[in-house]
Amino acid sequence: MDAGLILKAISFSYGNHWGLDEISFRLKRGELMGMIGPNGSGKSTLLRIMDGLIRMDKGEVLLLNRPISSCRRHEVARLIAMVPQETTFRFAFSVLDVVLMGRFAHMGLFPFEGKEDLEIARESMRLTGTLDLERRSIHELSGGEKQRVLIARALTQKAQFILLDEPTSQLDIRHKVEIFELISSLTRTQGLGVMVVSHDISLAAQYCHRMLLLNEGRIYRIGSPDEVVTTDTISEVYHCPVLVDKNPLTQTPRVTVLSKGAGAGIS
Amino acid sequence: MALRGMRDRVISPMRVLSIGIILSMVLVVVVLTSLSMGPAKVSMGTILGWCAGTRSVDQTTSMILMKIRLPRILLAALVGFTLSLGGVVFQALLRNPLAEPFILGISSGAAIGAIAGILVGLGFTMGVPLLAFISALATILLVMGISSRHGGLESSTLLLTGVIVNAFFTAIIMFFIATVSDSRLHSMLFWLYGDLSQSKYIQLSICLPLVLIVSGIIYLFSRHLNLLVGGDEAALQMGVEVEIVKWVSFIGISLITGVVVSFSGIIGFVGLIVPHLMRMIFGPDHRLLIPASALGGAIFLVAADTVARTIISPSELPVGVITAFLGAPFFIYLLRKRGSQWTQG
Repeated sequence: MDAGLILKAISFSYGNHWGLDEISFRLKRGELMGMIGPNGSGKSTLLRIMDGLIRMDKGEVLLLNRPISSCRRHEVARLIAMVPQETTFRFAFSVLDVVLMGRFAHMGLFPFEGKEDLEIARESMRLTGTLDLERRSIHELSGGEKQRVLIARALTQKAQFILLDEPTSQLDIRHKVEIFELISSLTRTQGLGVMVVSHDISLAAQYCHRMLLLNEGRIYRIGSPDEVVTTDTISEVYHCPVLVDKNPLTQTPRVTVLSKGAGAGIS
Repeated sequence: MALRGMRDRVISPMRVLSIGIILSMVLVVVVLTSLSMGPAKVSMGTILGWCAGTRSVDQTTSMILMKIRLPRILLAALVGFTLSLGGVVFQALLRNPLAEPFILGISSGAAIGAIAGILVGLGFTMGVPLLAFISALATILLVMGISSRHGGLESSTLLLTGVIVNAFFTAIIMFFIATVSDSRLHSMLFWLYGDLSQSKYIQLSICLPLVLIVSGIIYLFSRHLNLLVGGDEAALQMGVEVEIVKWVSFIGISLITGVVVSFSGIIGFVGLIVPHLMRMIFGPDHRLLIPASALGGAIFLVAADTVARTIISPSELPVGVITAFLGAPFFIYLLRKRGSQWTQG
């Protein structure tokens, strides 16, 4: 039985400010889960806790039945890959160099990649459509290309879970869709468990199996997109009048932001 | 075919080895040239013959080569090696292009000890270096102690602490310099600008094993450093035990920098520019950059010290004067031509 990535009653606070409060859920393999919530609701913090990057005050993260706090970093990295919101490369590493960095956790003391590492990196680049970029410097890439390279690096880690922090925030609609198509197919074909933080609620609802709505450090609602994304939940949590209806093609919830005038007209 | 192309791009052990051998050969040539230069002229032919054992030299020449020039040249190579290695590692760990092995206060810490040693009249072979080493180590531990929080070392805190401690110790050094007026002042100034004229084999035999061990350990971290350049958290995510790498590297580099500085005085600029030069030439991958910088530092410092001891012969200049005087214009030329290879943000 696959235990997945389990969060048990996680609480965490930054100094005196509120942080996360009693968060419990489980991310299964083969599942694409979307995390939504307003700015400052704790999404990035929760993602970092899931990767064992910060110690929580209370609760436990279980990675395949083992407390993540007892794992060494390379053990975590073999199971969880992360695509951070922002990555700065100080130096002009080539795309291939960057993707190969994902092999770190699988290598021993000998500091050079072998043939197998190269093959895995190439396969990840093929899946993300970045094979043509391999010789380019990471500094020359567009936002969309760089994001796909970072996903390729995460795939090269050969982890079972991938956590993505707003991978589509800087992309145009075509590239947003491409990223969601990619991670959605990865959950299906590779059996990965994926958690994606996104501000594109409608788009996330189109692709995700389950969604988690975070509000002021608490889980406001978790469940299928239909259960989580409703006019009431989104309007209340985001303090912004919205209309949620069904996307006529996909039958998934669709969010329309209402201007003050339009809101009055509808009710 | 595509695979072959890729292999060319990826850093392979063969590539590192061949570049290492080429740079080592350059180092040997520079060392031999340096051996032949000095007030007593010895021709290159004589040197080569003497090394090959096919030609004998008179006792005075042999004495000059073996007892005076060779230990000094070898120590210069080792000091250059160490300072450049320290520079490249500190630049990666602190993610700062201005970082060099002295930036955390090792230099001024060592200087306090050295100046105290000179003031009380200790010898230059062991007495002054010992005091310098002890105070260098005390300083780095102080800086790391002040900047560590919950066992973590945060780059900008570490840098700022180093800069402040440096400033404080420099004030003390200036106080001593201002109060001394006899011949000890000359010794102090030479020490502060780097002086290899007191080199002895015994110093080499102390430095060499330490430097070799620490460089070996650091090299095993070369891939870790590649990832650390992208930030602590990015490195953690990919499986690097960031704190272990940081502590071991900072302490290892401080240890060997402290040792060589104790014997050589403060030779500036090597640890700053050689890593930058090598990055411009060989790229940012530390698996190649670390050996290239270390060997490049050795070559640079042997050359600079040769100039320092011959240019106003029979007098000498402190070698630090030469490293900065020659290094700065050359570096600015390259910076204009190639850019710094750093992006901020």
